[in-house]
Amino acid sequence: MMRAARALPTLIRVGMVEAIAYRAEMVVWLLTTTMPLVMLGLWTSVADEAPFRAWATRDFVAYYLVALVVRNLTSNWVAWQISEEVRTGAVSGRLLRPVHPFLGYLGTHLGAVPLRAIAVAPVIAIMMATSARGVLVTDAAHLALVAAAIVGAWLLTFGVFLCLGSLGFFLDKAMGIIEVYFGVFAIMSGYLIPLALLPGWVRAIAQVLPFRSMLGDPVAIAIGRVPDAGDAARLVALQWAWAIGLLALATWLWRTGVRRYEAFGG
Amino acid sequence: MRLGYYARLFGVQARASLTTAMQYRADFLVQGLTSLYWLGWNLVPLLVLYDDRTTVAGWSFGAALVVMAHFVIVRGILEGAINPSLGAVVEQIRSGAFDYTLLRPADAQFLVSTARFAPWRVLDVLGGVGLLIYAFVRLGQAPSPAQLGAGLVLLGAGLAVMYGLWIMIVATAFWVVRMDNLIYLLSSVFDAARWPASVFRGVWKVVFTFVIPLALMTTFPARALLGTVTWQAGIGCLVGALLVSVAARLVWRLALRSYTSASS
Repeated sequence: MMRAARALPTLIRVGMVEAIAYRAEMVVWLLTTTMPLVMLGLWTSVADEAPFRAWATRDFVAYYLVALVVRNLTSNWVAWQISEEVRTGAVSGRLLRPVHPFLGYLGTHLGAVPLRAIAVAPVIAIMMATSARGVLVTDAAHLALVAAAIVGAWLLTFGVFLCLGSLGFFLDKAMGIIEVYFGVFAIMSGYLIPLALLPGWVRAIAQVLPFRSMLGDPVAIAIGRVPDAGDAARLVALQWAWAIGLLALATWLWRTGVRRYEAFGG
Repeated sequence: MRLGYYARLFGVQARASLTTAMQYRADFLVQGLTSLYWLGWNLVPLLVLYDDRTTVAGWSFGAALVVMAHFVIVRGILEGAINPSLGAVVEQIRSGAFDYTLLRPADAQFLVSTARFAPWRVLDVLGGVGLLIYAFVRLGQAPSPAQLGAGLVLLGAGLAVMYGLWIMIVATAFWVVRMDNLIYLLSSVFDAARWPASVFRGVWKVVFTFVIPLALMTTFPARALLGTVTWQAGIGCLVGALLVSVAARLVWRLALRSYTSASS
Protein backbone atom coordinates (compact mmCIF):
# COMPACT_ATOMS: atom_id res chain seq x y z
CA MET A 1 0.00 0.00 0.00
CA MET A 2 2.79 2.43 1.00
CA ARG A 3 4.76 1.40 -2.05
CA ALA A 4 1.74 2.02 -4.24
CA ALA A 5 1.19 5.47 -2.76
CA ARG A 6 4.84 6.35 -3.38
CA ALA A 7 4.80 5.04 -6.95
CA LEU A 8 1.60 6.68 -8.14
CA PRO A 9 2.80 10.33 -8.42
CA THR A 10 5.73 9.18 -10.55
CA LEU A 11 3.48 6.98 -12.69
CA ILE A 12 1.15 9.93 -13.25
CA ARG A 13 4.09 12.12 -14.26
CA VAL A 14 5.20 9.47 -16.75
CA GLY A 15 1.64 9.35 -18.06
CA MET A 16 1.61 13.10 -18.55
CA VAL A 17 4.86 13.04 -20.47
CA GLU A 18 3.54 10.22 -22.64
CA ALA A 19 0.35 12.14 -23.33
CA ILE A 20 2.33 15.20 -24.35
CA ALA A 21 4.61 13.14 -26.58
CA TYR A 22 1.64 11.73 -28.49
CA ARG A 23 -0.46 14.90 -28.35
CA ALA A 24 -1.29 15.06 -32.07
CA GLU A 25 -2.54 11.50 -32.03
CA MET A 26 -4.57 12.22 -28.94
CA VAL A 27 -6.18 15.30 -30.45
CA VAL A 28 -7.29 13.30 -33.49
CA TRP A 29 -8.71 10.67 -31.14
CA LEU A 30 -10.62 13.33 -29.24
CA LEU A 31 -11.92 14.67 -32.55
CA THR A 32 -13.36 11.28 -33.41
CA THR A 33 -16.00 11.80 -30.75
CA THR A 34 -18.15 13.55 -33.33
CA MET A 35 -21.33 11.72 -32.42
CA PRO A 36 -22.56 14.35 -29.91
CA LEU A 37 -21.91 17.06 -32.49
CA VAL A 38 -23.82 15.21 -35.19
CA MET A 39 -26.72 14.62 -32.82
CA LEU A 40 -26.50 18.26 -31.78
CA GLY A 41 -26.86 19.31 -35.42
CA LEU A 42 -29.84 17.03 -35.84
CA TRP A 43 -31.71 17.94 -32.67
CA THR A 44 -31.18 21.68 -32.92
CA SER A 45 -32.71 21.58 -36.41
CA VAL A 46 -35.64 19.64 -35.00
CA ALA A 47 -36.06 21.88 -31.97
CA ASP A 48 -35.79 25.03 -34.10
CA GLU A 49 -39.01 23.97 -35.84
CA ALA A 50 -40.73 23.51 -32.48
CA PRO A 51 -39.53 22.38 -29.03
CA PHE A 52 -39.28 18.61 -28.82
CA ARG A 53 -41.37 17.61 -25.80
CA ALA A 54 -39.91 19.77 -23.01
CA TRP A 55 -36.61 20.30 -24.85
CA ALA A 56 -35.86 23.58 -26.60
CA THR A 57 -32.85 24.24 -28.82
CA ARG A 58 -30.70 25.56 -26.00
CA ASP A 59 -31.42 22.46 -23.90
CA PHE A 60 -30.09 20.26 -26.70
CA VAL A 61 -27.05 22.51 -27.19
CA ALA A 62 -26.27 22.32 -23.46
CA TYR A 63 -26.90 18.57 -23.30
CA TYR A 64 -24.68 17.55 -26.18
CA LEU A 65 -21.87 20.00 -25.44
CA VAL A 66 -21.72 18.93 -21.79
CA ALA A 67 -21.89 15.30 -22.98
CA LEU A 68 -18.93 15.99 -25.27
CA VAL A 69 -16.98 17.50 -22.38
CA VAL A 70 -17.79 14.68 -19.94
CA ARG A 71 -17.04 12.00 -22.51
CA ASN A 72 -13.69 13.48 -23.50
CA LEU A 73 -12.66 14.16 -19.91
CA THR A 74 -13.58 10.72 -18.61
CA SER A 75 -12.68 8.44 -21.50
CA ASN A 76 -9.54 6.32 -21.76
CA TRP A 77 -8.14 3.61 -24.00
CA VAL A 78 -7.09 1.16 -21.30
CA ALA A 79 -9.25 -1.66 -22.72
CA TRP A 80 -7.41 -1.53 -26.06
CA GLN A 81 -4.11 -1.15 -24.25
CA ILE A 82 -4.63 -4.26 -22.11
CA SER A 83 -6.00 -6.48 -24.87
CA GLU A 84 -3.09 -5.46 -27.11
CA GLU A 85 -0.55 -6.12 -24.35
CA VAL A 86 -2.10 -9.50 -23.61
CA ARG A 87 -2.06 -10.41 -27.31
CA THR A 88 1.58 -9.45 -27.79
CA GLY A 89 2.72 -10.69 -24.39
CA ALA A 90 3.93 -7.24 -23.32
CA VAL A 91 1.80 -7.64 -20.22
CA SER A 92 4.45 -9.99 -18.79
CA GLY A 93 6.72 -7.00 -18.25
CA ARG A 94 4.03 -5.29 -16.23
CA LEU A 95 3.53 -8.37 -14.06
CA LEU A 96 7.17 -8.22 -13.01
CA ARG A 97 6.82 -4.76 -11.51
CA PRO A 98 6.53 -4.49 -7.72
CA VAL A 99 3.17 -2.65 -7.82
CA HIS A 100 -0.20 -3.84 -9.12
CA PRO A 101 -0.40 -3.38 -12.92
CA PHE A 102 -3.63 -1.43 -12.52
CA LEU A 103 -1.61 1.27 -10.84
CA GLY A 104 0.54 1.60 -13.94
CA TYR A 105 -2.54 1.94 -16.10
CA LEU A 106 -4.03 4.40 -13.63
CA GLY A 107 -0.91 6.56 -13.89
CA THR A 108 -0.97 6.54 -17.68
CA HIS A 109 -4.59 7.53 -17.95
CA LEU A 110 -4.69 10.01 -15.05
CA GLY A 111 -1.68 11.61 -16.67
CA ALA A 112 -3.70 12.20 -19.83
CA VAL A 113 -6.41 14.09 -17.95
CA PRO A 114 -4.73 17.55 -17.99
CA LEU A 115 -4.31 17.34 -21.76
CA ARG A 116 -7.93 16.27 -22.08
CA ALA A 117 -8.97 19.24 -19.95
CA ILE A 118 -7.08 21.60 -22.27
CA ALA A 119 -8.73 19.97 -25.28
CA VAL A 120 -12.27 20.43 -23.95
CA ALA A 121 -11.70 24.03 -22.82
CA PRO A 122 -12.74 25.46 -26.23
CA VAL A 123 -15.99 23.46 -26.09
CA ILE A 124 -16.78 24.98 -22.70
CA ALA A 125 -15.88 28.43 -24.02
CA ILE A 126 -18.21 28.00 -27.01
CA MET A 127 -20.97 26.78 -24.74
CA MET A 128 -20.60 29.84 -22.51
CA ALA A 129 -21.01 32.05 -25.57
CA THR A 130 -24.33 30.47 -26.59
CA SER A 131 -27.82 30.43 -25.15
CA ALA A 132 -26.94 27.09 -23.52
CA ARG A 133 -25.24 29.08 -20.75
CA GLY A 134 -28.59 29.85 -19.17
CA VAL A 135 -29.38 26.15 -18.82
CA LEU A 136 -26.31 25.21 -16.77
CA VAL A 137 -26.58 24.97 -12.98
CA THR A 138 -24.91 27.75 -11.01
CA ASP A 139 -25.60 27.05 -7.32
CA ALA A 140 -22.76 25.74 -5.15
CA ALA A 141 -24.45 22.46 -4.19
CA HIS A 142 -25.07 21.43 -7.79
CA LEU A 143 -21.62 22.56 -8.94
CA ALA A 144 -19.99 20.45 -6.25
CA LEU A 145 -22.15 17.49 -7.28
CA VAL A 146 -21.19 17.98 -10.94
CA ALA A 147 -17.52 17.88 -9.97
CA ALA A 148 -18.07 14.72 -7.90
CA ALA A 149 -20.06 13.19 -10.76
CA ILE A 150 -17.27 13.85 -13.26
CA VAL A 151 -14.67 12.27 -10.97
CA GLY A 152 -17.05 9.36 -10.39
CA ALA A 153 -17.67 9.00 -14.13
CA TRP A 154 -13.92 8.89 -14.70
CA LEU A 155 -13.47 6.12 -12.13
CA LEU A 156 -16.48 4.20 -13.39
CA THR A 157 -15.33 4.40 -17.03
CA PHE A 158 -11.86 3.32 -15.96
CA GLY A 159 -13.36 0.35 -14.08
CA VAL A 160 -15.53 -0.67 -17.05
CA PHE A 161 -12.60 -0.50 -19.47
CA LEU A 162 -10.37 -2.42 -17.06
CA CYS A 163 -13.03 -5.15 -17.03
CA LEU A 164 -13.26 -5.17 -20.83
CA GLY A 165 -9.48 -5.22 -21.19
CA SER A 166 -9.11 -8.04 -18.66
CA LEU A 167 -11.51 -10.11 -20.75
CA GLY A 168 -8.63 -10.21 -23.23
CA PHE A 169 -7.13 -12.95 -21.03
CA PHE A 170 -10.15 -15.16 -21.72
CA LEU A 171 -11.19 -14.27 -25.27
CA ASP A 172 -9.29 -14.28 -28.53
CA LYS A 173 -11.24 -11.36 -29.85
CA ALA A 174 -11.71 -8.86 -27.08
CA MET A 175 -12.04 -6.11 -29.66
CA GLY A 176 -15.39 -7.53 -30.78
CA ILE A 177 -16.64 -7.27 -27.20
CA ILE A 178 -15.58 -3.65 -27.05
CA GLU A 179 -17.58 -2.94 -30.19
CA VAL A 180 -20.68 -4.57 -28.73
CA TYR A 181 -20.10 -2.72 -25.48
CA PHE A 182 -20.00 0.59 -27.32
CA GLY A 183 -23.29 -0.20 -29.01
CA VAL A 184 -24.97 -0.77 -25.65
CA PHE A 185 -23.24 2.20 -24.06
CA ALA A 186 -24.28 4.62 -26.80
CA ILE A 187 -27.96 4.01 -26.18
CA MET A 188 -28.03 3.21 -22.46
CA SER A 189 -25.76 6.05 -21.31
CA GLY A 190 -27.61 8.85 -23.04
CA TYR A 191 -24.66 9.42 -25.36
CA LEU A 192 -26.84 9.23 -28.45
CA ILE A 193 -30.11 10.61 -27.11
CA PRO A 194 -30.93 12.10 -23.69
CA LEU A 195 -32.26 9.25 -21.56
CA ALA A 196 -35.37 11.28 -20.78
CA LEU A 197 -36.39 11.15 -24.45
CA LEU A 198 -36.03 7.39 -24.86
CA PRO A 199 -39.12 5.17 -24.94
CA GLY A 200 -40.21 4.03 -21.48
CA TRP A 201 -39.08 0.40 -21.78
CA VAL A 202 -35.57 1.38 -22.95
CA ARG A 203 -35.36 3.82 -20.06
CA ALA A 204 -36.39 1.06 -17.66
CA ILE A 205 -33.47 -1.09 -18.85
CA ALA A 206 -31.09 1.87 -18.71
CA GLN A 207 -32.12 2.53 -15.10
CA VAL A 208 -30.63 -0.72 -13.84
CA LEU A 209 -27.41 -0.58 -15.88
CA PRO A 210 -24.26 1.35 -14.93
CA PHE A 211 -23.92 3.20 -18.25
CA ARG A 212 -26.21 6.08 -17.31
CA SER A 213 -23.87 6.95 -14.44
CA MET A 214 -21.01 7.21 -16.94
CA LEU A 215 -22.54 10.02 -18.93
CA GLY A 216 -26.27 10.70 -18.83
CA ASP A 217 -26.64 11.37 -15.10
CA PRO A 218 -23.64 13.73 -14.76
CA VAL A 219 -24.88 15.68 -17.79
CA ALA A 220 -28.44 15.78 -16.47
CA ILE A 221 -27.19 17.22 -13.16
CA ALA A 222 -25.04 19.82 -14.95
CA ILE A 223 -27.87 21.10 -17.16
CA GLY A 224 -30.34 21.40 -14.31
CA ARG A 225 -32.53 18.41 -15.14
CA VAL A 226 -32.20 17.19 -11.54
CA PRO A 227 -33.36 20.31 -9.66
CA ASP A 228 -33.38 18.74 -6.21
CA ALA A 229 -29.85 18.54 -4.77
CA GLY A 230 -30.83 15.50 -2.68
CA ASP A 231 -31.84 13.56 -5.81
CA ALA A 232 -28.64 14.60 -7.51
CA ALA A 233 -26.60 13.45 -4.51
CA ARG A 234 -28.35 10.07 -4.66
CA LEU A 235 -27.41 9.75 -8.35
CA VAL A 236 -23.79 10.51 -7.51
CA ALA A 237 -23.84 7.99 -4.65
CA LEU A 238 -25.21 5.35 -7.00
CA GLN A 239 -22.50 6.23 -9.50
CA TRP A 240 -19.72 5.87 -6.96
CA ALA A 241 -21.17 2.55 -5.83
CA TRP A 242 -21.07 1.34 -9.45
CA ALA A 243 -17.50 2.60 -9.79
CA ILE A 244 -16.32 0.73 -6.70
CA GLY A 245 -18.20 -2.40 -7.73
CA LEU A 246 -16.75 -2.44 -11.24
CA LEU A 247 -13.23 -1.69 -10.06
CA ALA A 248 -13.56 -4.67 -7.70
CA LEU A 249 -14.88 -6.82 -10.54
CA ALA A 250 -11.96 -5.72 -12.72
CA THR A 251 -9.46 -6.67 -10.01
CA TRP A 252 -11.03 -10.12 -9.74
CA LEU A 253 -11.13 -10.60 -13.53
CA TRP A 254 -7.51 -9.55 -13.78
CA ARG A 255 -6.38 -11.94 -11.04
CA THR A 256 -8.26 -14.87 -12.57
CA GLY A 257 -7.03 -13.91 -16.04
CA VAL A 258 -3.39 -13.65 -15.01
CA ARG A 259 -3.55 -17.11 -13.45
CA ARG A 260 -4.85 -18.46 -16.75
CA TYR A 261 -2.25 -16.49 -18.68
CA GLU A 262 0.57 -17.91 -16.61
CA ALA A 263 -0.85 -21.41 -16.98
CA PHE A 264 -0.76 -21.09 -20.75
CA GLY A 265 2.32 -18.93 -21.16
CA GLY A 266 4.42 -20.96 -18.73
CA MET B 1 -5.79 -7.42 -72.31
CA ARG B 2 -5.32 -5.18 -69.28
CA LEU B 3 -8.95 -5.11 -68.25
CA GLY B 4 -9.22 -8.88 -68.36
CA TYR B 5 -6.00 -9.13 -66.39
CA TYR B 6 -7.31 -6.85 -63.67
CA ALA B 7 -10.64 -8.65 -63.58
CA ARG B 8 -8.83 -11.94 -63.06
CA LEU B 9 -6.57 -10.39 -60.44
CA PHE B 10 -9.63 -9.05 -58.62
CA GLY B 11 -11.10 -12.55 -58.65
CA VAL B 12 -7.94 -14.03 -57.17
CA GLN B 13 -7.70 -11.39 -54.43
CA ALA B 14 -11.37 -11.76 -53.51
CA ARG B 15 -11.07 -15.54 -53.43
CA ALA B 16 -8.08 -15.29 -51.11
CA SER B 17 -10.07 -13.13 -48.70
CA LEU B 18 -13.00 -15.52 -48.86
CA THR B 19 -10.75 -18.50 -48.14
CA THR B 20 -9.31 -16.72 -45.11
CA ALA B 21 -12.78 -15.80 -43.89
CA MET B 22 -14.02 -19.37 -44.29
CA GLN B 23 -11.51 -20.46 -41.67
CA TYR B 24 -13.45 -18.50 -39.10
CA ARG B 25 -16.95 -19.70 -39.84
CA ALA B 26 -18.18 -18.96 -36.32
CA ASP B 27 -17.56 -15.33 -37.18
CA PHE B 28 -20.39 -15.61 -39.66
CA LEU B 29 -22.88 -16.10 -36.85
CA VAL B 30 -21.31 -13.45 -34.64
CA GLN B 31 -21.22 -11.02 -37.55
CA GLY B 32 -24.82 -11.79 -38.42
CA LEU B 33 -26.01 -11.13 -34.88
CA THR B 34 -23.90 -7.98 -34.59
CA SER B 35 -25.29 -6.72 -37.90
CA LEU B 36 -28.85 -7.27 -36.73
CA TYR B 37 -28.08 -5.57 -33.44
CA TRP B 38 -26.58 -2.51 -35.14
CA LEU B 39 -29.50 -2.36 -37.51
CA GLY B 40 -31.86 -2.09 -34.55
CA TRP B 41 -29.54 0.33 -32.81
CA ASN B 42 -29.51 2.57 -35.89
CA LEU B 43 -33.27 2.80 -35.81
CA VAL B 44 -33.68 3.98 -32.20
CA PRO B 45 -33.02 7.71 -32.80
CA LEU B 46 -35.26 7.59 -35.85
CA LEU B 47 -38.07 6.00 -33.84
CA VAL B 48 -37.68 8.50 -31.01
CA LEU B 49 -37.73 11.41 -33.41
CA TYR B 50 -40.73 10.29 -35.46
CA ASP B 51 -42.66 9.26 -32.38
CA ASP B 52 -43.22 12.98 -31.85
CA ARG B 53 -43.13 14.34 -35.39
CA THR B 54 -44.65 13.36 -38.70
CA THR B 55 -42.04 15.14 -40.80
CA VAL B 56 -38.56 16.49 -40.10
CA ALA B 57 -37.23 19.06 -42.59
CA GLY B 58 -39.79 17.73 -45.07
CA TRP B 59 -38.80 14.07 -44.63
CA SER B 60 -41.47 11.60 -43.61
CA PHE B 61 -40.58 8.54 -41.54
CA GLY B 62 -40.65 6.24 -44.56
CA ALA B 63 -38.44 8.54 -46.63
CA ALA B 64 -35.97 8.93 -43.77
CA LEU B 65 -35.96 5.15 -43.48
CA VAL B 66 -34.90 4.91 -47.13
CA VAL B 67 -31.89 7.13 -46.36
CA MET B 68 -31.11 5.01 -43.30
CA ALA B 69 -31.24 1.86 -45.43
CA HIS B 70 -28.77 3.42 -47.86
CA PHE B 71 -26.53 4.28 -44.95
CA VAL B 72 -26.58 0.66 -43.74
CA ILE B 73 -25.77 -0.60 -47.24
CA VAL B 74 -22.98 1.91 -47.85
CA ARG B 75 -21.48 1.29 -44.44
CA GLY B 76 -21.57 -2.45 -45.08
CA ILE B 77 -19.60 -1.91 -48.27
CA LEU B 78 -17.24 0.48 -46.51
CA GLU B 79 -16.51 -1.99 -43.70
CA GLY B 80 -16.44 -4.97 -46.02
CA ALA B 81 -14.52 -3.75 -49.04
CA ILE B 82 -12.79 -0.44 -48.32
CA ASN B 83 -11.70 -0.23 -44.68
CA PRO B 84 -9.99 -3.64 -44.35
CA SER B 85 -7.73 -3.08 -47.35
CA LEU B 86 -6.88 0.51 -46.69
CA GLY B 87 -6.33 -0.09 -43.00
CA ALA B 88 -3.83 -2.75 -43.99
CA VAL B 89 -1.93 -0.48 -46.36
CA VAL B 90 -1.34 2.14 -43.68
CA GLU B 91 0.24 -0.61 -41.61
CA GLN B 92 2.35 -1.69 -44.62
CA ILE B 93 3.61 1.83 -45.18
CA ARG B 94 4.65 2.08 -41.57
CA SER B 95 6.43 -1.27 -41.51
CA GLY B 96 7.98 -0.93 -44.96
CA ALA B 97 6.21 -4.02 -46.32
CA PHE B 98 4.69 -1.71 -48.91
CA ASP B 99 7.91 -2.21 -50.93
CA TYR B 100 6.67 -5.66 -51.92
CA THR B 101 3.43 -4.23 -53.22
CA LEU B 102 5.33 -1.75 -55.37
CA LEU B 103 7.51 -4.50 -56.80
CA ARG B 104 4.51 -6.34 -58.23
CA PRO B 105 3.72 -5.90 -61.92
CA ALA B 106 0.26 -4.42 -61.33
CA ASP B 107 -1.07 -1.03 -60.39
CA ALA B 108 -0.29 -0.38 -56.72
CA GLN B 109 -3.57 1.43 -56.03
CA PHE B 110 -5.49 -1.51 -57.45
CA LEU B 111 -3.46 -3.97 -55.40
CA VAL B 112 -3.90 -2.18 -52.09
CA SER B 113 -7.60 -1.51 -52.70
CA THR B 114 -8.37 -5.17 -53.29
CA ALA B 115 -5.93 -6.62 -50.78
CA ARG B 116 -8.42 -7.61 -48.14
CA PHE B 117 -12.17 -8.04 -47.94
CA ALA B 118 -14.42 -8.87 -45.02
CA PRO B 119 -16.96 -11.11 -46.78
CA TRP B 120 -19.29 -11.43 -43.78
CA ARG B 121 -20.18 -7.78 -44.20
CA VAL B 122 -22.45 -8.97 -46.99
CA LEU B 123 -24.90 -9.55 -44.14
CA ASP B 124 -24.94 -5.82 -43.37
CA VAL B 125 -25.69 -5.06 -46.99
CA LEU B 126 -28.50 -7.64 -47.01
CA GLY B 127 -29.90 -6.11 -43.81
CA GLY B 128 -29.84 -2.72 -45.50
CA VAL B 129 -31.67 -4.08 -48.54
CA GLY B 130 -34.28 -5.63 -46.23
CA LEU B 131 -34.74 -2.29 -44.49
CA LEU B 132 -35.07 -0.60 -47.87
CA ILE B 133 -37.84 -2.98 -48.92
CA TYR B 134 -39.61 -2.46 -45.59
CA ALA B 135 -39.37 1.32 -46.02
CA PHE B 136 -41.01 1.17 -49.44
CA VAL B 137 -43.73 -1.16 -48.18
CA ARG B 138 -44.42 1.38 -45.45
CA LEU B 139 -44.47 4.23 -47.91
CA GLY B 140 -46.96 2.25 -50.00
CA GLN B 141 -45.07 2.96 -53.20
CA ALA B 142 -42.53 1.16 -55.34
CA PRO B 143 -39.73 2.76 -57.33
CA SER B 144 -40.22 2.60 -61.10
CA PRO B 145 -37.52 0.84 -63.15
CA ALA B 146 -36.15 4.25 -64.15
CA GLN B 147 -35.94 5.37 -60.53
CA LEU B 148 -34.33 2.09 -59.57
CA GLY B 149 -31.74 2.57 -62.32
CA ALA B 150 -31.08 6.16 -61.27
CA GLY B 151 -30.79 5.05 -57.64
CA LEU B 152 -28.21 2.41 -58.51
CA VAL B 153 -26.18 4.82 -60.65
CA LEU B 154 -26.14 7.43 -57.90
CA LEU B 155 -25.29 4.79 -55.30
CA GLY B 156 -22.32 3.85 -57.49
CA ALA B 157 -21.35 7.52 -57.67
CA GLY B 158 -21.66 7.81 -53.90
CA LEU B 159 -19.40 4.81 -53.38
CA ALA B 160 -16.87 6.30 -55.80
CA VAL B 161 -16.82 9.51 -53.75
CA MET B 162 -16.33 7.55 -50.56
CA TYR B 163 -13.56 5.40 -52.01
CA GLY B 164 -11.86 8.51 -53.38
CA LEU B 165 -11.90 10.24 -50.01
CA TRP B 166 -10.53 7.16 -48.29
CA ILE B 167 -7.73 6.80 -50.87
CA MET B 168 -6.76 10.42 -50.28
CA ILE B 169 -6.60 9.80 -46.54
CA VAL B 170 -4.43 6.74 -47.08
CA ALA B 171 -2.20 8.72 -49.43
CA THR B 172 -1.47 11.17 -46.63
CA ALA B 173 0.05 8.22 -44.77
CA PHE B 174 3.01 8.49 -47.16
CA TRP B 175 3.81 11.88 -45.69
CA VAL B 176 2.55 11.60 -42.14
CA VAL B 177 2.91 8.01 -41.06
CA ARG B 178 0.42 7.88 -38.20
CA MET B 179 -2.67 8.73 -40.15
CA ASP B 180 -4.84 5.69 -39.52
CA ASN B 181 -6.54 7.79 -36.86
CA LEU B 182 -7.87 9.92 -39.66
CA ILE B 183 -9.68 6.92 -41.08
CA TYR B 184 -11.49 6.60 -37.78
CA LEU B 185 -12.25 10.29 -37.85
CA LEU B 186 -13.71 10.02 -41.34
CA SER B 187 -15.70 6.93 -40.37
CA SER B 188 -17.15 8.68 -37.36
CA VAL B 189 -18.15 11.70 -39.44
CA PHE B 190 -19.66 9.35 -42.01
CA ASP B 191 -22.05 8.29 -39.26
CA ALA B 192 -23.97 11.49 -39.92
CA ALA B 193 -24.90 10.14 -43.37
CA ARG B 194 -27.64 8.12 -41.72
CA TRP B 195 -29.74 11.29 -41.67
CA PRO B 196 -31.13 13.07 -44.73
CA ALA B 197 -28.62 15.80 -45.54
CA SER B 198 -31.22 18.58 -45.56
CA VAL B 199 -31.87 17.99 -41.85
CA PHE B 200 -28.57 19.66 -41.05
CA ARG B 201 -28.07 23.41 -41.11
CA GLY B 202 -25.41 26.00 -40.43
CA VAL B 203 -21.90 24.72 -39.77
CA TRP B 204 -22.99 21.09 -40.19
CA LYS B 205 -24.38 21.80 -43.63
CA VAL B 206 -21.09 23.38 -44.72
CA VAL B 207 -18.98 20.50 -43.37
CA PHE B 208 -21.21 17.76 -44.75
CA THR B 209 -21.41 19.42 -48.18
CA PHE B 210 -17.90 20.67 -48.87
CA VAL B 211 -15.55 18.87 -46.50
CA ILE B 212 -17.18 15.45 -46.65
CA PRO B 213 -19.97 15.32 -49.20
CA LEU B 214 -22.18 12.99 -47.23
CA ALA B 215 -25.27 13.92 -49.25
CA LEU B 216 -23.72 12.30 -52.31
CA MET B 217 -23.25 9.03 -50.46
CA THR B 218 -26.71 8.37 -49.09
CA THR B 219 -29.22 11.19 -49.52
CA PHE B 220 -29.07 11.54 -53.30
CA PRO B 221 -29.26 7.81 -54.08
CA ALA B 222 -32.21 7.62 -51.68
CA ARG B 223 -33.91 10.58 -53.32
CA ALA B 224 -33.38 8.99 -56.72
CA LEU B 225 -35.24 5.91 -55.54
CA LEU B 226 -37.98 8.09 -54.07
CA GLY B 227 -38.18 9.96 -57.37
CA THR B 228 -37.53 13.39 -55.87
CA VAL B 229 -34.20 14.13 -57.50
CA THR B 230 -33.92 16.41 -60.55
CA TRP B 231 -31.88 15.56 -63.64
CA GLN B 232 -29.56 18.46 -62.97
CA ALA B 233 -28.85 17.33 -59.42
CA GLY B 234 -28.27 13.77 -60.61
CA ILE B 235 -25.76 14.91 -63.22
CA GLY B 236 -24.17 17.14 -60.58
CA CYS B 237 -23.64 14.04 -58.42
CA LEU B 238 -21.96 12.19 -61.27
CA VAL B 239 -19.67 15.14 -62.03
CA GLY B 240 -18.81 15.37 -58.33
CA ALA B 241 -17.99 11.67 -58.20
CA LEU B 242 -15.79 11.99 -61.28
CA LEU B 243 -13.94 14.96 -59.81
CA VAL B 244 -13.30 13.22 -56.51
CA SER B 245 -12.09 10.08 -58.30
CA VAL B 246 -9.67 12.01 -60.52
CA ALA B 247 -8.42 14.02 -57.55
CA ALA B 248 -7.91 10.82 -55.55
CA ARG B 249 -5.88 9.26 -58.37
CA LEU B 250 -3.72 12.39 -58.67
CA VAL B 251 -3.12 12.60 -54.92
CA TRP B 252 -2.23 8.91 -54.83
CA ARG B 253 0.31 9.29 -57.69
CA LEU B 254 1.81 12.33 -56.04
CA ALA B 255 2.05 10.58 -52.69
CA LEU B 256 3.61 7.49 -54.22
CA ARG B 257 6.45 9.60 -55.53
CA SER B 258 7.36 10.70 -52.02
CA TYR B 259 7.31 7.17 -50.60
CA THR B 260 10.80 6.61 -49.29
CA SER B 261 10.53 2.84 -48.66
CA ALA B 262 11.82 1.03 -45.65
CA SER B 263 15.50 1.11 -46.46
CA SER B 264 16.27 4.63 -47.63
